[in-house]
Amino acid sequence: MTEAVSLPQRPAVLTRKGWSAFIVALLVVCALAPLLNLVVPQDSAFHLSDYAVGLLGKIMCYAIVALAIDLIWGYTGILSLGHGVFFALGGYVMGMYLMRQIGRDGNYKSDLPDFMVFLDWKELPWHWALSDSFVATLFLIVAVPGFVAFVFGYFAFRSRIKGVYFSIITQAMTFAAMLLFFRNETGFGGNNGFTDFKRIMGITIATPSMRMVLFVLTGLALLGFYLFGRWLVASKFGRVLQAIRDAETRVMFSGYSPLPYKLTIWVISAIMCGVAGALYVPQVGIINPSEMSPANSIEMAIWAAVGGRATLIGPIIGAFIVNGAKSWLTVSAPEYWLYFLGALFIGVTLFLPNGVVGLVRKLRGKGEAS
Amino acid sequence: MIIRTFFIALALCWGPAAQALTSAEVQAIVVGDTDARIAALGQAVANADDKTALFIQALVDDAVKVAGDKVLIVRDGKGTDPVTGAEVEVPASVEDVISNNRMRGEFDTALATLRLFSKNAKQRAEAVKTLQGDADESKLAIIEKALAAETVPAIKTQLAMVRAAVLLSSADKARRLTATGILATSGNPEIKTVLLQRQKVEDDAEVKAAIAKALMQVNASLAWGDRIAAIFSGISLGSILLLVALGLAITYGLMGVINMAHGELMMIGAYATYVVQGLFQKYLPGAFDWYLLAAVPVAFMASALMGAALERSVIRFLYGRPLETLLATWGISLMLMQLVRSIFGAQNVGVENPSWMSGGLELMDNLQLPWNRIIIIGFAAAVLLGMAFLIGRTRLGLFVRGVTQNRPIASCMGVNTARIDTYAFALGSGIAGLAGCALSQVGNVGPDLGQGYIVDSFMVVVLGGVGQLAGTVYAALGLGVLNKFLEGWAGAVLAKIAVLVLIIIFIQKRPQGIFAMKGRSAEA
Repeated sequence: MTEAVSLPQRPAVLTRKGWSAFIVALLVVCALAPLLNLVVPQDSAFHLSDYAVGLLGKIMCYAIVALAIDLIWGYTGILSLGHGVFFALGGYVMGMYLMRQIGRDGNYKSDLPDFMVFLDWKELPWHWALSDSFVATLFLIVAVPGFVAFVFGYFAFRSRIKGVYFSIITQAMTFAAMLLFFRNETGFGGNNGFTDFKRIMGITIATPSMRMVLFVLTGLALLGFYLFGRWLVASKFGRVLQAIRDAETRVMFSGYSPLPYKLTIWVISAIMCGVAGALYVPQVGIINPSEMSPANSIEMAIWAAVGGRATLIGPIIGAFIVNGAKSWLTVSAPEYWLYFLGALFIGVTLFLPNGVVGLVRKLRGKGEAS
Repeated sequence: MIIRTFFIALALCWGPAAQALTSAEVQAIVVGDTDARIAALGQAVANADDKTALFIQALVDDAVKVAGDKVLIVRDGKGTDPVTGAEVEVPASVEDVISNNRMRGEFDTALATLRLFSKNAKQRAEAVKTLQGDADESKLAIIEKALAAETVPAIKTQLAMVRAAVLLSSADKARRLTATGILATSGNPEIKTVLLQRQKVEDDAEVKAAIAKALMQVNASLAWGDRIAAIFSGISLGSILLLVALGLAITYGLMGVINMAHGELMMIGAYATYVVQGLFQKYLPGAFDWYLLAAVPVAFMASALMGAALERSVIRFLYGRPLETLLATWGISLMLMQLVRSIFGAQNVGVENPSWMSGGLELMDNLQLPWNRIIIIGFAAAVLLGMAFLIGRTRLGLFVRGVTQNRPIASCMGVNTARIDTYAFALGSGIAGLAGCALSQVGNVGPDLGQGYIVDSFMVVVLGGVGQLAGTVYAALGLGVLNKFLEGWAGAVLAKIAVLVLIIIFIQKRPQGIFAMKGRSAEA
């Protein structure tokens, strides 16, 4: 009698309930938000203000970052304190394109971006060569963060740097990158970075409809990455990642080499950040080296932690909670924002190891049990 | 007092030949066009007496007034006649003497020339320094006289330099050549300028060649000074890094706690120093110079208590979860920064150096080692020795090492491990406070003080190897010197980036740091 060895059933990407929630989210982003913002008159109670569109668009970019961090931290157990670099790199690639789109409308009426005229440069440096093509920019948004992550990750994972060591080294990386980008000679506008964008693909950037397009694109990217993440963590690849997180040595003894797995997810995560950065820059209208400051990257990690690691919906919720609180508190009580953020760091690590999602599940579990 | 010294010195030098300051000279120095005034000043200096010094000093201090054709010195509302020294009444309407910058420069030089005869060697040395670079031929006679009278060898050499610098523009070719020969032995940037200036106007080929050769020699000795200065500033930076990293060597190296709030504990130490300074200013202004001695233990205690409180309230629950510790301590650091901002304001506060720490040790003409840096190097060494003793030789140190190596066994032996953790963390924090106290003497004290050091200090600990004091020391000094050398070669920012990249490459080769721990604790 032979008994078939049954492999565990591959879980569905989303449950039936999940799919309906996903469709609702898709409709909200693609139909409801544009409708409320552009069609509903401004004095109506249902009108979505331009400010809210900008804010939500920004937070959705952050949510993509949180998702990326969750893949590498929550599912693979590698805490990166350097994801700000990838975010900023994507942003800078986009920023270069937007700077070229300004054309001769800058203050100095020159073909070169204003800051280059200011530095008395006569021609574009080599790394600006591809920046006038939108297609090349789209390619570079993926390629630059991906390449940097690949090189850094290859050397780091190959010598089996892990745990806190890895976190500290990534922090040093973002610090070094920030110093580099602060220099005028690097050719990225130094302290001031890029700003004063005028057009994207020849269309004026500041109109409400353009903003809405960017908003919808960001929303689609977020939802797309979410689905991708669901698919990834349920795949065999994702299961190996989780095994690496839980017991790396055992994975090695089972005949897997962790290096390609870690490297792949690391590069994927970096690319997601790059895309988020590229969507972020046209919406907020500025990119400068302070995006790479170590503090920013640590804050990104807390978005994932607040929402709940290793649950893909958690980081998205976390990004919304933390950044929503930030934009509210920094206006209404700026002196308390750091207290709040600090307390959040401490509170979440001490009392909510599984974040908000973990808390909800626990409460629901209790409710069902009783 | 100084004036009296002048008087005696002048009396000794000049003897009976000295002529007194006359009212005609006084008039000529004060009134007229600048050239004439400078000529009169030169004459007065050549025949100087104590009154001349007093008078020129008064001119420098803007205390000389003119009333009609009378010139008088007015200090604190009392008038004196510059020639007789007798007290005179200040007339109702007096005019200030107006001196342009060129005139003021001449006053300074004249005063320095007169001080060449001061009895106080320090004053003479300073006078020689002032004269360097701006003495001219009119002062030659006086400089030679002073040279003959000078007894201190160091000042004599300097004075000879000044004389040679003057002679360099002499009309006599032989004198110019000798002067060049003397100047070649100097290592002073001002002499270099003098030589360069002469090189431009010199038309005699032989002298020109000699000057070129002399310049090479001067440059060589200047380069030495620069090199030593670079090494010194490297060691100085290294000593600061060492102070910062020593605390981390305990909390991270021994206990394995990633304390991102370490920089903020340093900041607390710096602010404690500021508070002590304020208290001394208010209650003990007489002993203000010694406030720093009181600030050292206060800074230690303030940070240590804060560290103990943090350990008890937060960190204790996170042992064995380094990533969570990292995030929680980052949160603590944010709160501490905001706390300090709320109490002391967001601006930097001023912490003064006590007078015994200002100034510096002058080793060469272009090499001055500031006292505060030297003292911090010594302080870092003392803290290091103290810590090595504490960890290596005391009962507490034994317990700390025991708990680090094997917690359950240490516990079985009756060590209260929880309490040892608190003590060790407080110790590491206290050392951070000491580092902050030291930093307050060389840098700005503000809420962001700790942020600038946190990456560097973790690099030191990572590079030095976990659980190793010796590694921390070598890594701190090595990074400091390397940083400063690269800085001279590529600029501050690129140097920092290069160092970070080098560390990342180094960690590839030796993930355990320079000095890897051997034995079982290595894998822990």
